[in-house]
Amino acid sequence: MKSGSNLEKVLYAGHFAVTTEFGPPKGTDISIVKNKAEFLQGKVDAVNVTDCQTAVVRLSSIATSAILVQMGIEPVMQMTCRDRNRIAIQSDIFGASALGIKNMLAISGDHHTFGNQKNARKVYDIDSMQMLALVKRMRDEKKMLSEETLIQGEVPMFIGAAANPFAPPVEFRAIHLRKKIEAGADFIQTQSIYDIDKFREWMKIVCDMGLDKRCAILAGLTPLKTAGMARYMAENVPGMQIPDSLLKRMAGVQKEKAADEGIKIFCEQVEQVKEIKGIAGIHIMAIEWEHRIPEITERAGLLPRPVV
Amino acid sequence: MIKAKRKPIEEIFDLIKNYTRVLCVGCGGCTSVCLAGGQRETLILKDDLSHMFKQKGKTAKLSVFVMERQCNPEYLSDIENMVKDYDCVISAACGAGVQFIAERYRSKPVFPALNTMFIGIDRSTGLYQERCRTCGDCQLAYTGGICPVTCCAKSLFNGPCGGTNADGSCEVNRDIPCAWNEIYERLKAQNRIENILSIHPPMDWTDKGPEILVQTGYENRYIKK
Repeated sequence: MKSGSNLEKVLYAGHFAVTTEFGPPKGTDISIVKNKAEFLQGKVDAVNVTDCQTAVVRLSSIATSAILVQMGIEPVMQMTCRDRNRIAIQSDIFGASALGIKNMLAISGDHHTFGNQKNARKVYDIDSMQMLALVKRMRDEKKMLSEETLIQGEVPMFIGAAANPFAPPVEFRAIHLRKKIEAGADFIQTQSIYDIDKFREWMKIVCDMGLDKRCAILAGLTPLKTAGMARYMAENVPGMQIPDSLLKRMAGVQKEKAADEGIKIFCEQVEQVKEIKGIAGIHIMAIEWEHRIPEITERAGLLPRPVV
Repeated sequence: MIKAKRKPIEEIFDLIKNYTRVLCVGCGGCTSVCLAGGQRETLILKDDLSHMFKQKGKTAKLSVFVMERQCNPEYLSDIENMVKDYDCVISAACGAGVQFIAERYRSKPVFPALNTMFIGIDRSTGLYQERCRTCGDCQLAYTGGICPVTCCAKSLFNGPCGGTNADGSCEVNRDIPCAWNEIYERLKAQNRIENILSIHPPMDWTDKGPEILVQTGYENRYIKK
C-alpha cells in the first residue's frame, strides 16, 4: 500500500471502483458542504474535491477535503498548477497529508480566463506532469524538489492524474498517459466519455502498451441532465465530444423526463464500460447533482460499496 | 523584434495636458519596424496631440525627434541640446527606451506613448504574432521549433492539457492552435517523437530582479574578479 486510502484498497482488492465529484461552495458556508456531502456517504469509494473549477474562486480544495475526512468520507483532493508555484504546491501537499487526506489528483487546471478572476496572473510554474513526479518523490523518497534532505514525516498519497483520450493530438494521448504513469500516477480519471466505441478503441491501445497493468484507469462519466446541457457541453466544454445520437436522444424526450433519460443513458454506459478490458472503475462527474448520486449509483447497480 | 502598440491618445494627452512644451521622441529600432514609434507614427502622435490641445482651447509647443535607437547611450545624446527647451518628453520606444531616456535626463518627466507588447514576428504588414517570452532557457530544440512557454496558454512542458478542442485549437481561444498539438504533428513529420517521450523536469524560472547579460568575450571588461 502506498497510501492506505480507501480508494487504493478498493482497487487493490480488485473491486470495480466508483468515485464522484464534489464542488465546494463560493464562500465559507460549511453547512452547504456537509449537506451535499451527506448524500455521498457510503455511495462511492472516494470523492474528488475540485480546486476552484472553471477558475471560479471557491472554498479551497484542501479545507473542503479536510471537512470530508472529518465526516468519514474519503476525498481525492484536486490540485491545479494554475494558482500555486512549487513552494505552495509542496507546502499544501504537506498540509493535506497532515490533515489526513490520502488521495490527490494533479491537474493543469482550467485556464483562468474561463473564471471569475480573468485578470489574474497565471502561475503554471510547474505542469501537472512535474507535479506528479514531485508528489511521488515526496512519498517514495521522502524528499522535496531540489533538495536531498529528508522531509519530516510521511506523505502517504495515492496519486491521480487526468487523461483525455479524444483531444488532439489523438495519437499522442496514450503516450501522454504513459508519461503520467512514469511521472507517478497510481490512478487515472478520464475526461467524460460519451463515445464508448471510440473509448474502447483507445483502451485497446492503452492495454497493448500494458498501461492498465501499471495504474488503475477509471472511466469518466457524466450523466446528462437536459438536452440543453448536452448541447452546451458538446459545444463549449474544452475537450468534450458527444455523439449526435446521444444529443438527439436527449432532445427527443419531454423536458421533465430528460434527467431520467440522462440517468438511463448513464446506466447503459456503466454496463458498457465495465466490459472494456483494462477499466478499473468509473468516475462520476455529476455536476451539481450530488443529491442524486444515491439514485444514480443505485440504478446503475453500483451499490453497496465494498468495505475493505 | 519587440512589438508595441500606441496607447489610446486620450491616455497620452492626459499625461501631458498640463505641459506647454512637449518633445515627442520616436525610435528607429523595433517600434519603428512594427509601425508604432517610428518617424511617421511619431509625427502622427504629435498631430493628434496638437489637435487635442486645440480642442481644449490650449496652446502647446510640440516637436518631434526620431532617435536611431533609444536603447543605446550614444544615440540618447542626440537630444541633449533639445531637451532643455521642453517641459517633458514623450517616448515612442519600448519600455526599455523610455527608461533609458528617463535615466539619462533625470530632471525631465518622461512619459510612454506605447504599450510594449511582446517579442514577435511580422506575419504581414501591421500584423504581428508573439513568439518568445525570453525565458532564458530556450526550449525550441526539442519542441520542433514551437515555443511551449509562449504558444501554450498554460506554458506546459510535457504535452497538451486535456482541453484541446477537436479541431486542434486551444481551449482558451479557438483562433489559436494548441501548441502541443502542433509540436506533436511537427515532430512526427520529422520522425522526432522521442524528443517528447521523457518527462521534462521543472523549469528554472529564477528571477533576481533586472537581469544583466555579459556577452561572451566581454567578461574581463565587466566582471570583477
